[in-house]
Amino acid sequence: MKNWFRSGTPWIWLTGGAVALSLVMVIGVVGLIAVRGLSHFWPAPVIAVEIENLQTGEMRRVLGQISRSETVPAQVAADAGNYIPEDRFDTLVTRYLFKVGNRDQMGADFVWHTDLGMGEFAYPDQALVLERREWGDFFGYPEALLVDGEEVLTADDPDFLSELQDLVERSLTLHDDIRRIERGEVGEINRQLEQLRRDLRRLDINNVTGNARAEEEARVAAERARLDAEYDVLRAELDVLYASTRRDTLRMRMSDDRTVSIPLAQIMRVTQPNNMSVPAKMAEYADRFWTFVSSEPREANTEGGIFPALFGTVTMVMVMSVMVTPFGVLAAIYLREYAKQGPITRAIRISVYNLAGVPSIVFGVFGLGFFVYFLGGNIDQLFFPEALPRPTFGSPGLFWASLTLALLTLPVVIVSTEEGLARIPSTIRQGSLALGATKSETLWKVVVPLSTPAMMTGLILAIARAAGEVAPLMLVGVVKLAPSLPIDGNFPYIHLERQFMHLGFHIYDVGFQSPNVEAARPLVYATALVLILLIIVLNLTAISIRNHLREKYRSETD
Amino acid sequence: MTENTTPTPRGAFVKAEELSKPREKLNLSREKIKLDVQDLRLQYGKDEALKGITLGIPEKRVTAFIGPSGCGKSTLLRCFNRMNDLVDICRIQGKILMDGNNIYEPDVDVAELRRQIGMVFQKPNPFPKTIYENVAYGLRLQGVNDRRTLDEVVENSLRGAALWDEVKDRLQDNAFGLSGGQQQRLVIARAIAIEPEVLLLDEPASALDPISTLKIEELINQLKTRYTIVIVTHNMQQAARVSDYTAFMYMGDMVEYGVTNDMFTNPKEKQTNDYITGRFG
Repeated sequence: MKNWFRSGTPWIWLTGGAVALSLVMVIGVVGLIAVRGLSHFWPAPVIAVEIENLQTGEMRRVLGQISRSETVPAQVAADAGNYIPEDRFDTLVTRYLFKVGNRDQMGADFVWHTDLGMGEFAYPDQALVLERREWGDFFGYPEALLVDGEEVLTADDPDFLSELQDLVERSLTLHDDIRRIERGEVGEINRQLEQLRRDLRRLDINNVTGNARAEEEARVAAERARLDAEYDVLRAELDVLYASTRRDTLRMRMSDDRTVSIPLAQIMRVTQPNNMSVPAKMAEYADRFWTFVSSEPREANTEGGIFPALFGTVTMVMVMSVMVTPFGVLAAIYLREYAKQGPITRAIRISVYNLAGVPSIVFGVFGLGFFVYFLGGNIDQLFFPEALPRPTFGSPGLFWASLTLALLTLPVVIVSTEEGLARIPSTIRQGSLALGATKSETLWKVVVPLSTPAMMTGLILAIARAAGEVAPLMLVGVVKLAPSLPIDGNFPYIHLERQFMHLGFHIYDVGFQSPNVEAARPLVYATALVLILLIIVLNLTAISIRNHLREKYRSETD
Repeated sequence: MTENTTPTPRGAFVKAEELSKPREKLNLSREKIKLDVQDLRLQYGKDEALKGITLGIPEKRVTAFIGPSGCGKSTLLRCFNRMNDLVDICRIQGKILMDGNNIYEPDVDVAELRRQIGMVFQKPNPFPKTIYENVAYGLRLQGVNDRRTLDEVVENSLRGAALWDEVKDRLQDNAFGLSGGQQQRLVIARAIAIEPEVLLLDEPASALDPISTLKIEELINQLKTRYTIVIVTHNMQQAARVSDYTAFMYMGDMVEYGVTNDMFTNPKEKQTNDYITGRFG
């Protein structure tokens, strides 16, 4: 035993064990998120089952997908409100969480059923899953397709499904057109109207009177009339499109034999999971995942995609990087190269390092107080007085969120840059100085280029920290649902004052603020997975840039 | 009175034993003095590193500083291009006159001074740039960006440093791809590209293998026709091979200074004798 200790083997076990443990934990977390998140998009089979209520003898038919199941002692199930016959009290029961959808018709779209009194599972080929714009999924059997109220095709027709898909496709296209007009052209008109309103307001602020005022007012009135006319044209166009979307209806039969008419305009996606081959399911899976990543959320974020959050996160990280890198690098250069190394410099350096340990919510509060209210408020007073009292920069927004995070990640950039500068061999500096370069020439032509890999390392760490940060963002610009993206086709294209959505906050919101827990649960995992993937992608990009730089500035000393 | 003959031009490949042969008669008192050190004292904090050095470096000759580690020879060398200015705790008294002007006057432009007095360090320190840009660096600092001028200077400097034939096909490669000896010659090329008047070599071959060392020594012999060279070396054979004059320093004092051959064959001071015969150091 003593020899074993002396051989050094315990150290190998101890250190190796630490690595193994970390590895297990990381794989565990990522694996859990990946499995839970990714399984959401798989078109699960639709189960039809008859359940007898053992208390009343009532029969009940259920159509839905099994969300999860668990086996519990009968006692526990009874406590949960299920009826358990006396003789089953000491046994185990399995209970299934059925996703039965049809929230508008049946109230709850997730229902627990125990296996007591449950019949055989059947997998009806006919069963359709409809993803709707509102009220979540619909499960049922198709009956007929109606165009303008006339029945054109019944469900027995072999072409029924493909015809239905075509019509859904048509209504989706119409919907896209409507959206494009509402967002793009109507949005542009609204922007111009707002601009006109500000023009008028500016007259008041600047105390313009007399002829100039009359001229300006006439111009605004004329412009307004033109825009109103344009708007009327668009409105008429939209009315036609809306009417067109209301043309088709699908008649469905629910598991309890009630029929429901669903306008096709409500339907986003039609699948018949029990009738799909594995490749078809995989294609469907990929399509759903893509939709999740590329579309906007619906139904208080419990349905639809996360594109605005993804986009907001990336934009914010980019803006933050653009701000923190030069700022941090310059500060580090001063601290390392110019400042006289003494107690004051050391105190400043320690303060900067400790800044990294300040709780992020404190940065959020500071950002709100200083950036948003003070800086933003003053910017509004100076540059956008005509828009007041509605704030432009004086309210939380992308720019302030990015600045707050830049402040939060500043220590990381400063520390890594300083270390990078310190690692540059003094012989290289002296070589430059000996050639008649001044200190600043040496710095900018030799030392700073050589330490770019270290700056990139700092940026990598900053990105990793910023992309995962949520708490401060809630105060300085992230919202549950942003009406528009921070970048769009309207001048000035990047709207730094806008509020935006963020994946981290989205996870919090969907996970904890959602009215429909069961529906939201898989989305939380999926969103977390996307966030992790995003951070990995951002980091890999930065790492590859750094490696490229390292290769370029490779030196013997490395 | 001895005749001071002009140095015989040497070919590119000179054997080591040839270098150690007695050269033309040298006499310090008849040389034109390029750098005149007058009672130079230097302190690092409380440590006195140079205790009043006085000597004259002759123009277009090779002067070697020898002595044991810590004797102040590198410190003295660094005084010539004011590299010691970079050390905060360093204080200097005394004068160094270059062509009659004190380089420690407050109005001296240090960058300009360093342009006139080039330096090569112990370890090759090329910049992380291409071979071409390394040589062009000094010129670019002076605002020379004309491609043709740069091309010409780069080629001439690399030829001057006996490196051109080895690198002419890969001028755009990173300088770190060169061997240690090539890097050191590149650094010399970089230094001579800006046409300095004096070249300071701080143990230029101590980090190199014997063959590279030999090449550097040959190079020094070629360069001395154009530049005043001051070399610090640990290696007494090297000092004997390459230098015209040698100064032996010990503990911050200049012990002996004279014609190299005389010093190695017939040292005046006992300390010098002990050092060159290997009794201490």
